[in-house]
Amino acid sequence: MITVEKMVVEAQIEIAKNIFKLVLFGDLVSKVTTPGQFVNVKITDSTDPILPRPISIAHVDQDKQQLVLIYRIEGKGTELLSRKQKGDVLTIIGPLGNGFPIYDMKRGQKALLVGGGIGTPPLLELSKQLVMRGIEVIHVLGFQTKEGVILQNELQHFGKTYLATEDGSVGMKGFVTDVIEQYQITFDRLYTCGPTPMLKALEANFPEKEIFMSLEERMACGIGACYACVRHTCNQDDDLGYRKICSDGPVFRSGEVVL
Amino acid sequence: MSRLNVSLPGLQLKNPIMPASGCFGFGREFAELYDLSTLGAIMIKATTVEPRFGNPTPRVAETSAGMLNAIGLQNPGLEKVIGEELLWLSQFDVPIIANIAGMTVDDYIHVAQEISTVSNVKALELNISCPNVKQGGITFGTVPEVAKEVTEQVKAVSDVPVYVKLSPNVADIKEMAKAVEEGGADGITLINTLTGMRIDVKTGKPILANITGGLSGPAVKPVAIRMVYEVSQTVNIPIIGMGGIQSAEDVLEFFYAGASAVAVGTANFVDPFICPKIINDLEKLLDKYQIHHITDIIGRSWA
Repeated sequence: MITVEKMVVEAQIEIAKNIFKLVLFGDLVSKVTTPGQFVNVKITDSTDPILPRPISIAHVDQDKQQLVLIYRIEGKGTELLSRKQKGDVLTIIGPLGNGFPIYDMKRGQKALLVGGGIGTPPLLELSKQLVMRGIEVIHVLGFQTKEGVILQNELQHFGKTYLATEDGSVGMKGFVTDVIEQYQITFDRLYTCGPTPMLKALEANFPEKEIFMSLEERMACGIGACYACVRHTCNQDDDLGYRKICSDGPVFRSGEVVL
Repeated sequence: MSRLNVSLPGLQLKNPIMPASGCFGFGREFAELYDLSTLGAIMIKATTVEPRFGNPTPRVAETSAGMLNAIGLQNPGLEKVIGEELLWLSQFDVPIIANIAGMTVDDYIHVAQEISTVSNVKALELNISCPNVKQGGITFGTVPEVAKEVTEQVKAVSDVPVYVKLSPNVADIKEMAKAVEEGGADGITLINTLTGMRIDVKTGKPILANITGGLSGPAVKPVAIRMVYEVSQTVNIPIIGMGGIQSAEDVLEFFYAGASAVAVGTANFVDPFICPKIINDLEKLLDKYQIHHITDIIGRSWA
């Protein structure tokens, strides 16, 4: 059930250069059902910026009624958001979208979670919930440089975590696909979120595997009404021929929509 | 007695607030959030003869107090709109204004003829002002003779009153309004979006895949108010005003300018509950300004 709620900022911490962890408190937390869902964050009551910002949910704590968002400053909206402090109030629309399917995985199966840059945050809640269900998780994270690395320690807590950086400043020099190949990582299912070239590479490298990927696109409403964030389906005979990333996704099985 | 009800050609509105076309889909997403029967009417997403996917993404870009969109009239096509969307909407006690679009005059005639016979469709909104399609759309909305011609042709086949949605991207909005009135329009809706553009400072390239898009939101409200003010004093048919409405105060401003009802667009994306909120606030605002009935103030700003 989508709600609009004024949530209270409990903390805001810069965890890497220009990357912030925002902790929010409120009832909306109880509505979050699946890892990989997102919220639309109205940054100001004024009209500039006017649109809310879609940000993935990194972590939920139902007992403390806490929602954690991790985002990078990309423009005016996220820059303003980064100035919010403990006690400030933000209007949040959510939870939005359908997350990663986890209930059909069986105890003892192995999941590979691949995060690229600022696409990594939703994998944190996913990893936690998979482990709680007895699934073995392995993480492969790719960043541009050492300065951009986030959530390595948190994810390490749930399962083995490999790093790759494009400049080789930490972890393996190269891409996430190089790590998977180098260490011959095997898995039953792959979950991923990150830049499109990375998603394409994973899809190409593992055509036989079950892959669930979280996509992003510029959005306005976040609830499926504005048709801003559509993708063509891969199946040209599909009844609709398109999917909305916000309300049909943001998580799709590989091969469902054109990347 | 209701102080918000408004009678317009084909439309008995319990209140003058309706979501604008393209900002509400076919209502399904909002029906999860509130009872659509609380709305004065619903302007559904533009319908064309064939299904349309629309433009490539990115389709939206933001600007100060507004947004640009270039969706490109994505819709499931006439057959599905009638067979699925309008049928589904018939469960609500709310009149539907069907926005129709086309590439050719024959397209408009085809959609009008069929969609105007659907029982919950109480009026048509002739979309001759979409700035985001290469053919049709706005090309009908910028030349008065062409606008008059398509209005006449649609009027001739429609079972319900026809409102014509005008584009602000013209030299003289009054001339356009007169042309569609002469063509037999029962009402006018305005404004559609203003053509605009944004460029990404990192790449130096346009943000929208379509390069240009339609500007909406509070940024365009003064333009809309001015056009409602001018057009309402030029023609004798009612106006449904729109452009940047976010609050009950904005609604009053449009009525003072000369509108007889209003549509809420972009604000639905900012707060999905905005329409019921404005309806709720409007009656309180009438008290505040000691207005007996909302229709008493239509055109109060006129000299």
